Amino acid sequence: MKQRKKWYDYLWIFSLTYLLLGFVNILFAWLGMICFITPLVISIVRGNKAYCNKYCGRGQLFSMLGGRFGLSRKHDMPKWMRSKAFRYGFLIFFFAMFFVMLWNTYLVFAGGRPLSQTVKLVWTFKVPWHWAYHGTLFSDGVAQFAFGFYSIMLTSTILGFVTMLLFKPRSWCVYCPMGTMTQLICKAKK
Amino acid sequence: MKRKAIVNTDLCVACGCCVRVCPKSAISVPDGVFAVVDSALCVGCGKCAKECPASVIEIGGGAE
Repeated sequence: MKQRKKWYDYLWIFSLTYLLLGFVNILFAWLGMICFITPLVISIVRGNKAYCNKYCGRGQLFSMLGGRFGLSRKHDMPKWMRSKAFRYGFLIFFFAMFFVMLWNTYLVFAGGRPLSQTVKLVWTFKVPWHWAYHGTLFSDGVAQFAFGFYSIMLTSTILGFVTMLLFKPRSWCVYCPMGTMTQLICKAKK
Repeated sequence: MKRKAIVNTDLCVACGCCVRVCPKSAISVPDGVFAVVDSALCVGCGKCAKECPASVIEIGGGAE
């Protein structure tokens, strides 16, 4: 007995489109804020993880690739990756990197540094991305944030994709910083 | 004798993957902290345990 599909079961299309738009015009990266703000608002206001449970398009994408397309080995994740220490550690690391990105954005915004038209993958590899930049009506800082934010989104998709292949389809959910954070908010509210 | 899903609530990440696959709607994540099994509805099919990315669900029980 399969449950009937709801409108939100198609949000994977949004996630996929988002990733593709980053190759067309980097400014679309700003749309990714939806994936940051919505789960936080839901957890703060409603005290649940409805975002993870129902609306997360990335989770649906991994579930589809690993499940229906059979790309996942469906093995258990190593124990250390499922531990609280790793999950909280990754959350802290992710946040630290996020603030470094905000700082770089500020430097460009304040005119102390030129715009870097690159996407940084896995916080290490700078990939030229000028072909997705067609200028901005606003400050260069707006574009710098887009490059930085897209770097985060693409990096986390790559990490999630690799763990999808190696372990269970939605392995990303175990160490997803947004998931860990909303769970902590729910715990505090309980 | 009834086997059913048992969640390790301490390590559950509350992602809700189990909720999606449960054919009996017997599992939910009510407060966003961990999954809860309605033992009256659970038939112990094990779909949730197989899906769980954190591998925190076991099918157990038996003697009642």
